[in-house]
Amino acid sequence: MTAAVSKGVPPWMNPPSLWIRGVKALVITLIVITMLYPLVYVIAMSFASPSQARAGVVFPTEFSLDAYRAIFNGGTVTQGLQNSLFITVTGTLLSLAATSMLAWGLVRTRQVPGAKIVLVMILATMFFSAGIIPNFMLIKYLGLLDSTWSLIVPGLISAFNMIVIRNFFQGLPEELIEAARIDGAGEWRIFLQIVLPLSKPVLAVMGLFYAVGYWNTYFNALLYINDSEKWPIQVVLQQYVLAGVQIPGATLAGDAPPPPGVTLQMAVIVLATLPILVVYPFLQRYFTSGVLTGAIKG
Amino acid sequence: MTAQTAADPGTRTERAPGPSLPVKRKASLRQRIWRERWAYTFIVPGFLFFLVFAYVPMLGNVVAFQEYTPFRGIEGSPWVGFANFTAIWADPEVLMALRNTLIIAVLQLAFAFPAPIALALLLNSLLSDRVRRMIQTVVYLPYFLSWVIVISVWQQVLGGGGLVAGILDGWGMTGFDAMTNADTFKILVVLQGIWKDCGWGTIIFFAAIAGIPSERYEAAAIDGASGWQRTWHITLPALVPVATLLLILNIGSILTVGFEQLLLQQPMVGAEAAEVLDTFVYFRGVLGGQWGIATAAGLLKGVIGTILVLSANRLAKRLGGEGIF
Repeated sequence: MTAAVSKGVPPWMNPPSLWIRGVKALVITLIVITMLYPLVYVIAMSFASPSQARAGVVFPTEFSLDAYRAIFNGGTVTQGLQNSLFITVTGTLLSLAATSMLAWGLVRTRQVPGAKIVLVMILATMFFSAGIIPNFMLIKYLGLLDSTWSLIVPGLISAFNMIVIRNFFQGLPEELIEAARIDGAGEWRIFLQIVLPLSKPVLAVMGLFYAVGYWNTYFNALLYINDSEKWPIQVVLQQYVLAGVQIPGATLAGDAPPPPGVTLQMAVIVLATLPILVVYPFLQRYFTSGVLTGAIKG
Repeated sequence: MTAQTAADPGTRTERAPGPSLPVKRKASLRQRIWRERWAYTFIVPGFLFFLVFAYVPMLGNVVAFQEYTPFRGIEGSPWVGFANFTAIWADPEVLMALRNTLIIAVLQLAFAFPAPIALALLLNSLLSDRVRRMIQTVVYLPYFLSWVIVISVWQQVLGGGGLVAGILDGWGMTGFDAMTNADTFKILVVLQGIWKDCGWGTIIFFAAIAGIPSERYEAAAIDGASGWQRTWHITLPALVPVATLLLILNIGSILTVGFEQLLLQQPMVGAEAAEVLDTFVYFRGVLGGQWGIATAAGLLKGVIGTILVLSANRLAKRLGGEGIF
């Protein structure tokens, strides 16, 4: 038993037998490999040299950047990444603004007449959905078909995220807000200069959740957007990797032979995953902080 | 509440428009609304959003009772009563979709639902916090990847010409392709679901475990309870309320099985194995142009889902547990 193990463990929790520990270690190693290896494999193969990619290896040993060069030559994937970036950044900012505003308005359901009904109506939306076709008809009616906004506006406020933020607001020190009010601060000023700065942790988590959602948008784009110029990266990925369409113009400069299709596909997967992998460590910090779990229970 | 306070001159002048100042005398409704007028500037835009994007589309479901075409619109399309609903029952594709949906849902309830509980218990039994946190980091990750990415990655590993196929090829077993095998597809769907969401699913159970007072374990240990007994008699019962809640929600969405997941894979395995109610609505309605029938199927699905949630909730309460509402 190592020192690290014995430190935080209560004395009554006697360590299990060697045999049980061995089985546990094995199971957990298997789980970790199942979770991680596919991702590691895809990343590695996207950098594999053409010959190794064609031969198919468990892990490449010769590397090349050709796949990425070819993809960025083609332009389609770049366009998709740009579209997704726009949707994600704009959507997240608008969502955070709209969600936190609504949450602050609904904090005091007891004093504000009608707020309770509004809250119940919003909560109810978590348990039903109008369905694919009525939503499609609405977007069409609003003239948002083939517009990037059709991927942002319908998901602007998530009822669940609103509840999480509202829960956080309810826990803010009331005296502080009261004091500001007595000092004559307007409600908007209180919201912008006191409430929001105090709520950075919850806004960070919710912002990251919104961002992941916007980045992963797939079906709505399939449904609402015909123009391939406006496709987000997920639709581009589906086209080139799952539907097997050739990436137009994905060739290397000069007479060099184009990289094998496998590495191109792997590289597109990596590019579509990269932002999530970059953001993940920041997101991860908050998982255990209780911001989320406290709200789930409430 | 309105009449008695009409003559209440003090309220408006004395009190700043504030929330938690104690309201000593009841103000009239109009006064209260006026006093809280700023709050409505926060509420109204968001409320309008939910009206337009959650409630208005509900009205669109009327096309389930029409022979709707987008060209004629709702006003111009003829009403057909319940004809679309009777057409659904006669449609072999609907029955196929329903069958697939139910099989996948039952498999998910049997395997994907308990998986996070098992994983949470396993991780919780690890003595080292640091190791546990590292493993949590790994198992949470796939939850944040889109279905397009997840299926693309699985394709590269388990599909034809993928990693596993390559290894088996070397051993003389050719033609391995788990992604297009219609016979095993439903198992594949459940496994993908576990791979993606099981880790994240543990988070709520960890919260429940963290809420168990450690004195309980201490007392049990002093009384001579073994590790297994402590898990069985202390940890598991503490997870029951959360598990019930999740079960209720799951039952409500029993007719909604991984829409994007199935939509993406249907071209690879064929409709026979991968058509579910949601994909039916999409293919028949949006792509096939039979809007009325597709909407009727979607509406029916939604209504059944709501009824299921409500009954599961009632049942949970009757059995002495806590419902969700």
